[in-house]
Amino acid sequence: MHHVIDRRPNSRGKSAVNRERFLRRYKAQIHDAVKKMVGERRLADMERGGEVRVPRKDISEPSFGFARGGDREFVLPGNREYVAGDRIPRPEGAGGRGGGGAGEGGGDDEFVFSLSREEFMQIFFDDLELPNLARTEMGRTERRRSVRAGFTKAGVPANLAVIRTLKQSLARRIALGGGLAREAEELEAAFALAVAAGRADRAAELYAELERLERRRRGLPFLDEPDLRYRNRVWRPEPIARAVMFCLMDVSASMDEDKKDLAKRFFTLLYLFLTRKYGEVDLVFIRHTDDAEEVDEDTFFHDTRSGGTVVCSALELADKVRSERYAHGWNVYAAQASDGDAFGADPARSARFLRERILPAMRYYTYLELAAPDTQDRSSTLWVEYERVAESSGNFAMRHATGREQIYPVFRDLFRKETQ
Amino acid sequence: MTPISHGADWDFDLLERYDSAIAQVAAEHGLDTYPNQIEIITSEQMLDAYATSGLPVGYPHWSYGKEFIRNEQAYRRGMQGLAYEIVINSSPCIAYLMEENTMATQALVIAHACYGHNSFFKGNQLFRQWTSADAILDYLVFARGFVMECEERHGAAAVEEVIDASHALMQHGVDRYRRPAALSLRAEATRLAEREAHRERQFNDLWRTVPESPAAAAKGTKACFPAEPQENILYFVEKYSPKLEPWQRELVRIVRKLAQYFYPQAQTKLMNEGWATFWHYTIVNRLHEQRLVDDGFMLEFLKSHTNVAAQPAFDSPAYSGLNPYALGFALFADLRRICERPDAEDREWFPQLAGSEWRATLDFAMRNFKDESFIAQYLSPRLMREFHLFAIADEAAEDTLRVDSIHDERGYRRVRKLLAQQYAQENRVPDVQVVRYDRDGDRSLTLRHLRRRGRPLTEAAAEVVAHLRRLWGFGVRLETWENDAHVGDVVECPA
Repeated sequence: MHHVIDRRPNSRGKSAVNRERFLRRYKAQIHDAVKKMVGERRLADMERGGEVRVPRKDISEPSFGFARGGDREFVLPGNREYVAGDRIPRPEGAGGRGGGGAGEGGGDDEFVFSLSREEFMQIFFDDLELPNLARTEMGRTERRRSVRAGFTKAGVPANLAVIRTLKQSLARRIALGGGLAREAEELEAAFALAVAAGRADRAAELYAELERLERRRRGLPFLDEPDLRYRNRVWRPEPIARAVMFCLMDVSASMDEDKKDLAKRFFTLLYLFLTRKYGEVDLVFIRHTDDAEEVDEDTFFHDTRSGGTVVCSALELADKVRSERYAHGWNVYAAQASDGDAFGADPARSARFLRERILPAMRYYTYLELAAPDTQDRSSTLWVEYERVAESSGNFAMRHATGREQIYPVFRDLFRKETQ
Repeated sequence: MTPISHGADWDFDLLERYDSAIAQVAAEHGLDTYPNQIEIITSEQMLDAYATSGLPVGYPHWSYGKEFIRNEQAYRRGMQGLAYEIVINSSPCIAYLMEENTMATQALVIAHACYGHNSFFKGNQLFRQWTSADAILDYLVFARGFVMECEERHGAAAVEEVIDASHALMQHGVDRYRRPAALSLRAEATRLAEREAHRERQFNDLWRTVPESPAAAAKGTKACFPAEPQENILYFVEKYSPKLEPWQRELVRIVRKLAQYFYPQAQTKLMNEGWATFWHYTIVNRLHEQRLVDDGFMLEFLKSHTNVAAQPAFDSPAYSGLNPYALGFALFADLRRICERPDAEDREWFPQLAGSEWRATLDFAMRNFKDESFIAQYLSPRLMREFHLFAIADEAAEDTLRVDSIHDERGYRRVRKLLAQQYAQENRVPDVQVVRYDRDGDRSLTLRHLRRRGRPLTEAAAEVVAHLRRLWGFGVRLETWENDAHVGDVVECPA
């Protein structure tokens, strides 16, 4: 009659599907909220989930209801001083103390909820795509993986699929033995009749026949060669799931803290984005003034150095690192940030080096030129030279950025999904 | 006898032993219940259950996601505790118990849900009339499957549109009066033959010669459809919408069925909670009398009980309306008192109840009333004094509120009447009905809001009309009438 059931081990994500529907429905609002959040956030928090506010009126579910106005009475508990006929001033604000079963919930006009890290990133990078991904996926097939591919009739004993084999054997035995069993049953009945009728010769004949059948039945092997089945595996090429990202930054005297902060934001976004696409992402930090050096992340962003600007040195170092460490089986991305203050022959040399040596080995190369917000003239010498490269290469893109709030839009712009 | 257990920890064996002890006491008092199914769940699962109003199976919809997020948020910030239990009107009656509860709380909850609510579901006339407890779970499984199949075939967006629109009209998708059961073909034929015979007997050729008035003739040619206003808007849409596809009609029907299933719950919240609270109180006290529970258990029980059945005053910060647990419990407890220890006032107010057998009286009350009629019938002057109930009149023409009546000799009947009305359906859900479907014209649908005492609709009405327009496929208009006169603005959503 009465049962006690422990449901605790059951799945708990029952509402996940409904929650996801809710997020999908209010995608636009959530998008806006995320965009705003990114602008306000510190870098270290970039990856965390976050709280999203959606105006309550946007998500209300309408139904016919009573508004204020008209005549009504309502009964309240806890009278202390009133007697019939007393007059009470109308309370300020929302309707009559929520009495009378009006049941209006709190006056919050925003619906607040938090996104998990996963959801946040999903929205953050929604409809962004890595360029040239198609080539990446099947480009080189150095990695292959063995995957299961059904069963075969031939194979090594170690791969014998026992259950499958027994199923086959059972089916064969039923198919071949069923008819014999039926025949034997009929003969037995006839034998019993013959015995009952006292016809010994007929009975002996039938008995011999029965014995013959029995021999045939016993002759059916339990396991036969055609029953054997072996697990089959095939080798399938796998897309390369590794990527390396080169961060190149100009740390010369003209790059002040603000510009470095912009660069860092950009690099962070790129890194987060790559980690979503690839299982494994290596980072190489190269900073340069007159000459380039490879440093760790902390030094890259926080250590100050000053000096002139020779862009080409950084490109040369990047190329060297790539050919030494990431020559095969890597998807290579690079992002360069600079204020473009290069002099003399350097810009032209850099552009040529970029076009000839760097770009052929890259999936995508982005150049971000950082300028102080009040700068009017945007054509640095490097920018002019790079522009020519951009015209002739499909995997190179460049943008300007002057303020924090521009980084995310610029990033989105660079990696926008191409509409087919 | 020795207590069943000591301390706060519970295990499955103890649950069973408490359950059988409680079942015994319930049987002593003649509580008739569906079989029980007690399920232990975690707080996360409780949050899941909240989102779908406790139903164990539900079709996917964003509004449930919103509800879930809202509850989860409130719970995580500590603004809202979770219920000890949720109980479902089904057979077997499923009760969800939270794993965090202590032994005393579990016992309280078993008495409350598995015997209190359960017997109410089984006995109360509204539930008996409108829900079929043994079929609801199967229907939910069907509904979920159907909605998901539709999503696969027609796309989630198309399904969502229909469900959104139907949800907006959910309150207007219930039958409040019993429809006569459909007659079998044979019964129908017999009835037709009887009518025919009756007409033949009554036939008098003389009537043919009586001249007809021209007004009546003009009226007769332009028949209005539907002949009578229809208050079940979703039913009307499902049957007559000119544009809905069969699968869309089925979706509307699913929402309507759910609304109908929940209808008795909204009508009997006060009684239902009161009845369950009364019984957990009575049962656990009986267990204590039998020494089956110890004093520590009892202290914890009383603390939980008083928390649940407390009524803050209207000007307290904790006030959020009349607490159905408190008022309901007080009503049933007071009813028992009137039966067992009536005083002069009770004899004057409830001559038929005073001194009667309390179990039979309570059982009758539980079976045959809903909140509105229950209060009108049983709220005693003593209870009004205890709760210090008073009525406020809020009139549009006045600048101030007026105290209409209070808990005194002159006010008892008035307060009781007003409180009963407060629980009446027409004071919760505006009266909106389908009055015209222009079948031979532009196929537009006309709704009429019968306004009473000048109480207007909220602005959301325009959105609801827009939703209905989506279901109907042609123009929809909403008129407001009061005292047989057209008043107020017309909300219109053209085709």
